[in-house]
Amino acid sequence: MLDVGGINTYYGLSHILFDVSLNVKAGEVVGLLGRNGAGKSTTMKSIMGIVPPKRGTISLKGKDITGQKPFLSFRQGIGYVPDDRRVFADLSVDDNLEIVHQRGRDWDKDRVYAIFPALKEIRSRRAGHLSGGEQQMLTIGRALMGSPELLLLDEPTEGLAPLIVRDLEQQIMKLKDAGISILLSEQNVRSALRMITRAYVIDNGRIRFEGTVAELEANDEVKRKYLMI
Amino acid sequence: MENVLGFISPGILSQILVGLSRTVILFIVSSGLSLILGVLRIPNVAHGSLYMIGAFMAYTVSHLFGGGTTGFWVALILAPLGVAALSFVAERSLFQFLYEREHLMLLLLTFALSLVFGDLVKLIWGAEYRSVPVPSMFQGYINLFGGLPFPIYSFFLLVMGPVIAILLWLLTNKTKIGKISRAAAVDREMVGAVGINVNWVFAIVFVIGCLLAGLGGVLVAPTVSVTLGMDHTLIMEAFLIVIMGGLGNVWGALLGALIFGLTQSLGILIWPQFGIVFPYCAVVVVLIFRPTGILRSTW
Ligand SMILES: Nc1ncnc2c1ncn2[C@@H]1O[C@H](COP(=O)(O)OP(=O)(O)OP(=O)(O)O)[C@@H](O)[C@H]1O
Ligand SMILES: [Mg+2]
Repeated sequence: MLDVGGINTYYGLSHILFDVSLNVKAGEVVGLLGRNGAGKSTTMKSIMGIVPPKRGTISLKGKDITGQKPFLSFRQGIGYVPDDRRVFADLSVDDNLEIVHQRGRDWDKDRVYAIFPALKEIRSRRAGHLSGGEQQMLTIGRALMGSPELLLLDEPTEGLAPLIVRDLEQQIMKLKDAGISILLSEQNVRSALRMITRAYVIDNGRIRFEGTVAELEANDEVKRKYLMI
Repeated sequence: MENVLGFISPGILSQILVGLSRTVILFIVSSGLSLILGVLRIPNVAHGSLYMIGAFMAYTVSHLFGGGTTGFWVALILAPLGVAALSFVAERSLFQFLYEREHLMLLLLTFALSLVFGDLVKLIWGAEYRSVPVPSMFQGYINLFGGLPFPIYSFFLLVMGPVIAILLWLLTNKTKIGKISRAAAVDREMVGAVGINVNWVFAIVFVIGCLLAGLGGVLVAPTVSVTLGMDHTLIMEAFLIVIMGGLGNVWGALLGALIFGLTQSLGILIWPQFGIVFPYCAVVVVLIFRPTGILRSTW
């Protein structure tokens, strides 16, 4: 599905990502774990084309998409859910979903509302007035409207109450069951481990570990050094 | 002054209404300016030039079609479209390459364009005064409120104002491109990340904004002498209106135009020699109390 090969990404002159390589296979939920400032969001933005890498390659289903404009990445099947949510605050919940470019018929508003019934009840409310949890559902729903094959979920549980986190985890698992591959970045490792099958650990812009959840659980050094658990 | 106590004399009322009809022009032009400012973040200095070109195009088209009522209606359609076409060419050939650069570049580009457009007008239409006749169906007066003579053309302008305001409301609130442009005004990067080609959204919004400038030019043409330099005062007034209303807020442009137009016409009544100063004083007062404008700015 997704193949990231040795990307190096900069913000201006500061070098942030160093030879980051990772892959997500069809139907997988893969974790990208790391603490604050490790480079998780930057990796997501590089894949989406928001902050294109200077070197390295990114390919989706075998097709090279390195440095491609974000709207084209979206149209090729990548849904992006940013860590800072960024709902279109001026628009209603309905309109947030409606303006999205629909590239397929798999997902529409009804299906999004079926996964997030809470959103349906507030469909005419201004998105800027929603609670954090509601906004998170909306940004995920918004990405789903494009019928993505790969979803980039950047810290979806950040700042949410534990109960809401549980709900969200279940909803994310429903997306997996619907056949969507997911790259999930998290600091909240406990929550992530409930959803993922495989993980990459990133620190200081470098991939430090790669393996299955069982391997990660067994690797105390990585957990202590990079994840602080 | 026989009605000093409690009643506004017909003369004053008529003056206010004529002032309001000028407000309509200010509103139409500034709403276009504000739209572009809000969504594309371009302070389009060439907006006034497009208004002038609209007026000159109205002159040419209305004369091509006989100079009468038909000519006016055809000009009302064709001249704004001509301005829109010109702005489309400018956007696709120049502006679109600068969206990711600093705003200063865009500002300089619009300034350069206003000079180029000015020379273009001089080349094509010359420096003489041109006049666009008021179409025969709009000549003369009607009686408002039983006995107040009021120019029909001004009445037509008063009707156009709300029509344009409603159309703009429908455009921004009910159409997909309107909703997308409201989202892009706040977070263009995220709009791109949900599969929308923001570049084209910008082109469409820019053209619609410029079309409004052209429309203002056509509508003003029968009431003024169409001439080189008619853009100078207008672009200043339009910027003041947009600043007063709240940058990028189309409804702010409506309010700003109302305040500007009304203080202007009332000022002339109260103190004829200095009437022109009143709207500028109004701008100062508004900005003292609301430094970012009356309505919420999208900046
Ligand atoms: N726009 C930017 N300009 C310059 N440096 C940036 C920018 N955004 C992020 N950085 C830097 O890049 C590094 C990686 O940031 P990134 O946002 O990718 O981390 P993260 O793993 O997502 O962290 P968090 O868990 O806090 O979201 C950090 O050192 C950060 O300071
Ligand atoms: Mg982050």
